[in-house]
Amino acid sequence: MTAWSELAGQDAAIATIRQAAAAASAGEHGMTHAWLITGPPGSGRSNLAYAFATELLSIDADETGRDAVRQQVEAGSHPDLTVLKTENVIIKIDDVRRILTSSQFSPSVARYRVMIVEDADRMTERTSNVLLKALEEPPPRTVWILCAPSEADLLPTIRSRVRVVRLTTPSVEEVARLLEHRDGVDAERALRSAREAQSHIGMARRLATSDDARQRRSETIELALGIRSVSDAVLAAARLLELAKEDGTAITEERDAEERDQLLRSLGIEPGGAVPTALRSQLRALEEDQKRRATRSLRDGIDRILVDLQSLFRDVLLLQLGVDTRLVNEAIRDRLVGAAEQTDAAHSLGVLDAIALARRRIEGNVAALLALEAMLTAVLPSQAHPASGRGIAAP
Amino acid sequence: MAARGSARSSSSSRSGAGSTARGVARGGKAKVAIEQLPWNRVRPAPVVLITGPEELLAGRAARAIRSQLAELDPALETSELEADKYAPGELLTLASPSLFAEPRFIRVSGVEKCTDDFLAEMLEYLDSPADDTVVVLRHAGGQRGKKLLDAIRAASGTAIEIVCAELKKDSDRYDFAMAEFKSAQRSVTPGAVRGIVSAFTGELAELAAACQQLIADSEGEITERTVERYYSGRVETNAFKVADAAIAGHRGEALGLLRHALATGADPVPLVAAFAAKVRTMAKLSGAYGPPGQLASRFGLAPWQVDRARRDLQGWSDEGLARVIQLLAETDAAVKGAAYDPEFALERLVTVIAARGR
Repeated sequence: MTAWSELAGQDAAIATIRQAAAAASAGEHGMTHAWLITGPPGSGRSNLAYAFATELLSIDADETGRDAVRQQVEAGSHPDLTVLKTENVIIKIDDVRRILTSSQFSPSVARYRVMIVEDADRMTERTSNVLLKALEEPPPRTVWILCAPSEADLLPTIRSRVRVVRLTTPSVEEVARLLEHRDGVDAERALRSAREAQSHIGMARRLATSDDARQRRSETIELALGIRSVSDAVLAAARLLELAKEDGTAITEERDAEERDQLLRSLGIEPGGAVPTALRSQLRALEEDQKRRATRSLRDGIDRILVDLQSLFRDVLLLQLGVDTRLVNEAIRDRLVGAAEQTDAAHSLGVLDAIALARRRIEGNVAALLALEAMLTAVLPSQAHPASGRGIAAP
Repeated sequence: MAARGSARSSSSSRSGAGSTARGVARGGKAKVAIEQLPWNRVRPAPVVLITGPEELLAGRAARAIRSQLAELDPALETSELEADKYAPGELLTLASPSLFAEPRFIRVSGVEKCTDDFLAEMLEYLDSPADDTVVVLRHAGGQRGKKLLDAIRAASGTAIEIVCAELKKDSDRYDFAMAEFKSAQRSVTPGAVRGIVSAFTGELAELAAACQQLIADSEGEITERTVERYYSGRVETNAFKVADAAIAGHRGEALGLLRHALATGADPVPLVAAFAAKVRTMAKLSGAYGPPGQLASRFGLAPWQVDRARRDLQGWSDEGLARVIQLLAETDAAVKGAAYDPEFALERLVTVIAARGR
């Protein structure tokens, strides 16, 4: 198994990158010093970046050396690979400044020094500007690889300094095949998960392998279909937020405790022992970091729920319009047909607008519960259109 | 020391808040062997410990001791120490006798965060306090330095403790304000004091400042009329009062209260949150029937919230609630930067809620 096999349906992008790596290896033209990998969430941007890094770092290495490099890249311990990623809402400017310094060093064991910035879209304008100089003229043996959902997420000045590789949304079948091969999921479940995750590889894998995740998704759909009154909408919003929290903590909780134990051990404090005052600030810094991560993971959780709801009302809309196509939620087709008969296409479109509006509002720091409540009241039959028409322009 | 006797007699002129003082003294712990005094009856002692959370009173007590000492001998040498940044030897240096034997006043702040050095040296000092020296220790609460506190409380004859408890009850605050006027030797009517205490319900320092302003700016007896002239129109309001008025359909009153809240520094964001909390409770109960107790446990509310929300729901329709909830989300976005004028967004929200979403 090679680093490339984690990617489904990205043959064109892989070919471009392998060509560049081969050129770099042979010392010919065709390699570039700064790259931007774009593609929809879950299409494997960072996986491709790591595969590329592995390839570059193992030039000159023999077969066993290649293996060692791959393991080091996976463990994040290769001396010539620097990765900047964040589990918070934004990348901090200080973090960027720190890696800029290391980008100036010559590689120590490999032929290239590789700098990967995952989530390059999570940099504010000021932070991005810090990167400009380094991206334009890196030392001869440094290669930058940025990852972002789309080119539009980055400043024009950054875009003009990088070579872009675009990933496409893989097809449902391709994702399903990957799940079957890599995770050993049976064919039917793999197909259903891939479809319900709308080809998001990571999501599909969670749906395929975790019963809780599947359970949460179907509860989300049930809640949205069961709204008949304002009371239902408000209660459903509270429950959705809870589901998002559960979804988020399922990912972070274990890691939080583990990190804390690790920190205490490295500070030389026995389990259960008192933390001396002088060391408390370190523990507090960790806790604050974890809290920021929890904010992000709650937001991600809500986002996943909104995506699921969007898929639901998209399906309803397609049924209402009589479009004959595969539904995302094929498994509950009968219920969706029933729901489609009760309203009309204008209502479904209104709901889709309300979902998009809720997403924008949550990005703008509106209380998540309130945004969800407003969204779900739009699901009520009498509320076809969100209240954006009243007075000031809707944010 | 002859100084002490005269200091005690001079302090008796400030005994206005007698009932507060007694209350505090009663609250003292049994193992305390030293004298415990209220903040307004302080007197110097070789070691004075000031405890309790009320910072204003603690500051006043320390100042009062200092001015009593300065009255006795203007050559008083005053020094300040920070116990949390204490370096070994500082206390000894400041407390050691000088050539002309001036009296010394050492004020130590932050004993609740003190360093280990300070703890050790202060315990030592307690056994053999320097002559003509008053050390005032400010301990704002907490467990740090408990050993020292216990040692001080056991050192009868050397130390006294001044307890500055928080003034929470209205009657305590009334006594406090009354004492403010008394100590300035101004006559004041009970109604005036009641008025000023109910106008300033927040920080004690705010109340004290208001009393001082009245004392400084008015002449003759201070009456209800004086208080009204200075502080009338000051309405203590909060987000929930605004929300209550709006939900009850009183548009004018709600807009007035909203303006008061904004003018006295209320932030628009928690205002929207208060509206949202009330409307959310109402929405949960809209269309729900059954005994309040059952509804309360079903929706995770307190029974009084259920009663309240049901009363609030009179005249509201489901459509109205839905519209208000959508407007709430929009207003929340507006006060968080999505619109040009957050105050207008709030006023519009109040207007729509007062019209019950129609």
